[in-house]
Amino acid sequence: MSIWAYIFSVLQAAIPAGTPLLYGTLGEVTAERSGVVNLGVEGMMIMGAVTAFGVAQATGNAFLAIAAAALVGGLFALIHAFASITLRVNQVVSGLALTMLGQGISGMIGKRFIGMPPRVQLKAVPIPGLSDLPVLGPLLFQHDLLVYVGLLMVPVLWFIFYRTRWGINLRSVGESPATADAMGVNVFQVRYLAVFFGGLMAGIGGAYLSIVYAPAWIEGMTAGIGWIVIALTIFAMWDPVRGLLGAYLFGSVRVLQYRLQALGISPPLLNMLPFILTILVLMFSAGEVMRKRLGAPAALMQPYTREER
Amino acid sequence: MNSLPRIRLEKRLDTPRWLGVATPVFSVLAALLVIAVIFRLLGVNPLVAYGRIFTGAFGSLYGLSETVTKAIPLMLAGVGLAVAFRARVYNIGAEGQLLIGAVCATGVALFVPGIPDPLRLPAMFVAGALGGALWALVPAVLKARLRIDEVLTSLMTVYIASELVNHLVYGPWKGAAEWGFPYTDKFPLAAQIPRIGITRIHYPTLILALLAAVLADILVQRTRWGFEIRVTGENPEAARYAGMNYLRTAMLVMALSGALAGIAGVGEVAGIHYRLRYPQGISPGYGFTAIIVAWLARLNPLGVILTALLIGGLLVGGDAIQLAMGLPSATVYLFNGMILLFVLGGDLFTRYRIRVELPGRAVATPVRLEREEVG
Repeated sequence: MSIWAYIFSVLQAAIPAGTPLLYGTLGEVTAERSGVVNLGVEGMMIMGAVTAFGVAQATGNAFLAIAAAALVGGLFALIHAFASITLRVNQVVSGLALTMLGQGISGMIGKRFIGMPPRVQLKAVPIPGLSDLPVLGPLLFQHDLLVYVGLLMVPVLWFIFYRTRWGINLRSVGESPATADAMGVNVFQVRYLAVFFGGLMAGIGGAYLSIVYAPAWIEGMTAGIGWIVIALTIFAMWDPVRGLLGAYLFGSVRVLQYRLQALGISPPLLNMLPFILTILVLMFSAGEVMRKRLGAPAALMQPYTREER
Repeated sequence: MNSLPRIRLEKRLDTPRWLGVATPVFSVLAALLVIAVIFRLLGVNPLVAYGRIFTGAFGSLYGLSETVTKAIPLMLAGVGLAVAFRARVYNIGAEGQLLIGAVCATGVALFVPGIPDPLRLPAMFVAGALGGALWALVPAVLKARLRIDEVLTSLMTVYIASELVNHLVYGPWKGAAEWGFPYTDKFPLAAQIPRIGITRIHYPTLILALLAAVLADILVQRTRWGFEIRVTGENPEAARYAGMNYLRTAMLVMALSGALAGIAGVGEVAGIHYRLRYPQGISPGYGFTAIIVAWLARLNPLGVILTALLIGGLLVGGDAIQLAMGLPSATVYLFNGMILLFVLGGDLFTRYRIRVELPGRAVATPVRLEREEVG
């Protein structure tokens, strides 16, 4: 196999591998745009994963499973929303608690699913016409439906963020909630919705893991993906398009991780790769943030209250 | 929305002492109540489960000794985190620092020749503390140099440390006499921490933990540096105006909490297992549970002694119900997450006064002119 063919095959596999990261990142970007950091992505994802697997086993319907996972992810996110927006507790610790909660509840629910063969599978749906394109066809257009939806979400979110009233409201709430409030934007409502959306997306990301990418239930199967999402959100500079790049970059690392094992490199050392890369990516982003004076939404992690201005 | 009662939060000027004690207690009780509901929904009888947790942890001498044993690492890591969190430095990586402490101690125990027997254990403790501190300095330096948020980087170092342990016990450090298990060889006698009688309480580590709590309390309450930690945590702006160096404080508390977590790791390998094992075999998440221990103590180092014993008991009881009722090991995370969430929410009562305004009635809130900092 030529080097180009090899790179191509890695990239092709990287897209499904990066898809759970893409969903998670797009959701977290939205939540953080409103000024709320949700470190519970890992917990919401694993709840989505266990829900999707359970519903798929019970109904045999993949779409029902995905919808249920999204809903559970969203509801789970509302716990963090209530704690951080209404009760104004420490967002770092609240998100951490959400992750622990998700690991615990999913472990208890999922015990009965361990070792079960999956009942449903999401088949690849080549897109007529596009899938026959040279190179791009097999790279992008011969995947399953969730890959396409994820890809499609990128321009959709970009459009919402930068070209609609909703987007302006969302960003202004994240930059200066007091100003947004004075302009008649309901700060609390916007933040609740953004965090809820983040949960929906994390739930779908989890569903992708348990019923599409590696169809099975394994306790703790998200294995740090939710945390990589948080780093990708920073790497993405809170921009959906860069989020896409980051997600597929980490997807490639995941693919390489498995392929390099064949060369006899110790698997634990390879397992470190995504986490070392995360730190590198954060270092790279930090430099860029300083150079371009780009930054996080100004009101990130700051609870908003009308009384204490 | 005028037909609904409105809930308003008013900042308290100071917290009554009794409230500071009562809220964590009630928060834990409330969390246990919600967990009971979840148990019920999942078909587990909560009364039976809680009964077994309690008798498992506190109902026998064996249970009590195990509770103390598990409280040791929680206390060490918890004290360090309490100090770090006081300065609003979020070291989430205590689990990794603990593992690195274990690795360094193992290195000294098995692979450094020529240390006289009486110095072997002290050398292991020093190596573990140094290793933990250096490991914690990675996120600290990244924070100081590049302003990278320490939450993520410290967490990433947990995964890296954990894979490093895996690499060592499956690869270069794998013991010759361990029948293919992912363990190193057993430590020589001079590298084993003595225990009390037939229990697993490795008391030298326990003494270190208690000492750490007392010293940390003195540090925070009575020293200039502790004053800087408190001011930095409570009002970073003021700290900056007063010429305090936030980044130096951040580095120091990171190193301190890393060193204490590292010592906890030494205790686990040299006091319990006498060998390095796969990561979950050394620590079932002590470093993460210590976050709850610190928060439950309201970041008070002396309070950590009590909360470490309480949560240690919960871990022992959790093991008991896992065995007896066939629950997965993840059950402990349910307790962790729920308790943390409720303790966090409960803190609200210590910081704010809650007023419920009923609809259709003018509310006579006493007018109080207070200047308040948004926290």
